[in-house]
Formats: sequence, C-alpha cells, structure tokens
Amino acid sequence: MLVLEDVYVNYGTLQIIQGVSMKIEDGEMISLVGSNGAGKTTLLKTISGLKKPESGKILWDGEDISLLSPDKTVARGIVQVPEGRKLFPQMTVQENLELGSFLKEAKKKRKETLEYVYEMLPDLLKKAKMPAGSLSGGQQQMVAIGRGLMACPKVLIFDEPSIGLSPLLTDIMFDIIRKIKDSGTTVMLVEQNVQNALRMADRGYVLEQGRIAMEGKASELLENEELKKSYLGL
Amino acid sequence: MAVSITQSLIDGILMGGVYALAALGVSLIFGVMKITNFAHGALITVGMFISYLIFSTMGISPYVSLPVTVLLMFLLGYGIQRVTINPIINAPSHNQLLLTQGLSIVLENMLLVIFTANYKSMSLPGFDKAIKLGMISINKPKLIAFTLVVIASFAVYILLQKTDIGHAISATSVQREGAVLMGIKVDRINAIAFGIGVACAGVAGALLAPIQYISPTVGEGFQLKCFVIAVFGGLGNIWGAVVAGLIIGIVESLASLLLGGSWSEMVIYLIFILVLLFKPTGLFGKKTR
Repeated sequence: MLVLEDVYVNYGTLQIIQGVSMKIEDGEMISLVGSNGAGKTTLLKTISGLKKPESGKILWDGEDISLLSPDKTVARGIVQVPEGRKLFPQMTVQENLELGSFLKEAKKKRKETLEYVYEMLPDLLKKAKMPAGSLSGGQQQMVAIGRGLMACPKVLIFDEPSIGLSPLLTDIMFDIIRKIKDSGTTVMLVEQNVQNALRMADRGYVLEQGRIAMEGKASELLENEELKKSYLGL
Repeated sequence: MAVSITQSLIDGILMGGVYALAALGVSLIFGVMKITNFAHGALITVGMFISYLIFSTMGISPYVSLPVTVLLMFLLGYGIQRVTINPIINAPSHNQLLLTQGLSIVLENMLLVIFTANYKSMSLPGFDKAIKLGMISINKPKLIAFTLVVIASFAVYILLQKTDIGHAISATSVQREGAVLMGIKVDRINAIAFGIGVACAGVAGALLAPIQYISPTVGEGFQLKCFVIAVFGGLGNIWGAVVAGLIIGIVESLASLLLGGSWSEMVIYLIFILVLLFKPTGLFGKKTR
C-alpha cells in the first residue's frame, strides 16, 4: 500500500504541492487527474525520489520512502512510465526493455519478464531490433510501458500516457493498462484526459493547484457536477 | 616520392590509432557528462609514468604491464570523478573547464615533484629495429601500439554495446532522467564512464611511452590534439573520434612530410578552425540543436 501523508514539495521558493494525502491499495487502480500545472508531474517525481518533499511522508507498506534515492524506490517496485516516454532513442527496442530490468532483482527474472512483455505487447517483438527512436509515437509509448514492466513493478505509475496519441491509439493503450491492472499490478494513472482516466479507475483524485480538490470512487467523480463543468466541459 | 608518401601514410595511421583511443576517452566523458576533460593530456602522461615506473623498477615492458596500467588508471579516473567532478557536474561549463584544467596542473606538478623535469626514455630491448617491408620500414613499438589500440577500442565497443553497464552509460548520456527512473545510479555511471575514459588515456600513455620521450608536461600537446579530434569527430560521438583520430594522424604525418615538421601542428589546428567554422558538430555530428 502506497500512502502519501500531507506532502509538501517546493521548487525553489515556489510551493508546488501543498499538503497532498493519498492512499493506493494493493491491486487497485487510481487515477490522478488535473489540468496542466496542477503539480501532477512534481508529485510523481517526489514519489519516485527525484525530488524530496519539504514535509510530509510517503509510506510504502509502512516504510517511509520519502527520502530514498530513485534507484531504491525502483528496487521497492515503485516504477514510473514517464511523461514523454524518455526512451533511449539510439538503442534497440529490446535494449530499452532490458534496461528496465537494470536492478539486481529484476535482472534475475529478465528472460521471463521479457517473454511476458512481448506476450502483452506483441507489436514490440517485431520491432525488437529496431532503434527505439525510429518508432512511431504510439509504439514508443508501448516500449516505455514495456520498459516499466521489465522492472517487475508492484506499483506502475503512468504519467500522461495518452499525450500525443490519436484517440484510437489512446484506446489501445488504455486497454493495455487495464490488462496490466488485471494481472495484479497496482496502477496509478496520471492524466489530463479526465474522462478516459476516470472510466478505467477504481478511485480518483483531482489535483488543483497542488491540492487534492476532490477524491472518491471514480464512477461517482464522473457524475460530480463540479468536475463535469471544470474538466469535461459538460 | 610514392615510397615516402606510403611510409608517411603508414606512420600516420599507426600514430592516429593512438590519438584515436585517447580522444575516444575525451568523447566518451563528454558524451556522458557533458564535461570536456582538459586533464586528459596530463592523464596520458600519468599513464606513461606508470609504465615507466614499472619498467624502470621491475624491468617489465609496458605491453606486459598494460592491464595493471588500465586498472590503476580506471581507479584513478573513478576517484577523480567522485571527488572532484561529481560536485560540479551541474555547474556552468566555464567552471568545469577551470576544474579540469586545474586538475591537469595538479597532476603535472605532482609528476614534476616525483620524477623531476628530466626527460626520460624507455628503450625496450629488441624493439629498436624496424620491420622492413621492401622500401617501407615499420617502427615496431608503433605497430604494437596500433594493434593494442585496435584491441582496446574493440574492448570499449563490446563494453558499451554488449553489457548492461555499457547500455546504462549510453542511456545516461542520451536520456538522463529516463535512466534514473529505471533505477540506474547516474553518479556511479558517471564515475565508471570517467574511469573508462581515463583508462583510455592511460593505455594511450603506456603505448606512447616507448615511442617518445617522457616528461611531466609532454601531455599538453596531446591534450589539445585529443580535443581537436574529439570535436572533429563530433563531441560525444566516440566512433567519430576514432575515425577523426586516424585522419588527424595521417594529416599530421603527410603535412610534416610535404610541408615540413613545423607545419604539421599548424595544419591540424587549421583543420580544427575550419571544422568549427563550417561543421561545428563534427564529421558525423547531427545538426546543431
């Protein structure tokens, strides 16, 4: 279980995250939605250990991980599929995937995980030997997801996976995320695409200006008048 | 004339190989850390003196002691990165330049204190006679140096292309944040990459030791040459550096044959200026950002 307790994060003197508390149960899928600049990416960076919180705690199964370095966070199974994919473009698809299992524990299982990833994302098998940078945006997103899976995540965090994808590809990608969730991995989906994200999730959090403005069952949030007005344009 | 040109081509290629390996180190370090190592020349000298010390105290030839030199130089590079480079890894580049230049001065002066400024040379028994191929003569230490340089470059290639550490180095150089998010410890990778780069300088130094005189400041000439080659090949592009190294070796050798020895350096820097003017990203560089 991943718990955020009253987390504050600053960029210089700017307070980006102002007291966020969240809870993600094992096997659950939650969506964190909010507009551009709400602080979503900053919050994820803090969870991943790329930024340190000013105050507050991040607990993973009871252990305080808020000050851990990124490699230690990954080693605990908290893995990010970053915004903009952040692939290694000159390396082949397979090499990108293999680097997902860079750490010791994941490396031991590299062969099996690779088979699993190719099974889950069969398109990647055909492109295995191609440089990741030569792939289309949608395929690159699949590589990024596959690379995240290679780390044997317990929680897989997706940062804006639908960005730059066509509606059709977005659907395909959300299907894959659902499959990952169904296989037992806890999923945290961070999206600007509010409707899609909430439709898939068990629960949702709405982040506004660094604070949780709304939270609850995803299905209920979708019916929320205020949310409809501000995010769905209804 | 044809004979002397062939001769000079061969000499140029053999020396160019050594330049290539040294410059490969500069380019690798730049590629990963975006730092130009202006201590590279001094580190080549350190490699020379390690070989010299082993040779003069134990009589072991630099070719035999090469693995030891590689290991010591790697550790030296790893340590230097951790202690001095890492703290300024995000500093503006002029500060980084001052730091590596300062390192260079410190290293040179340490060598001066230990070994004095007297020129030293290494004469390896059995290696002074050149190999004769008709009219062409091939200098044995240069030939061995070239062979070992090819092996060393190949080893670097395998390391970078076929191992996880190598992949992590390439990954870090192109996509730092992506690498961090995969659990790659960038600080450690930086130190390893710096160690490998310094080991390349060390190998070049060890192989140059039997070819030319040894003194604490002899690396300065190589420093500038390495930098020119690395830029010529496209900073950060290590295989570009290898090709550029060979070209610079040949140009230097041909220029000194056709125009006279004092011209050879000038021609190299003339090429450098032309590259900066017309193709600042180097031979194989992509368009400027």
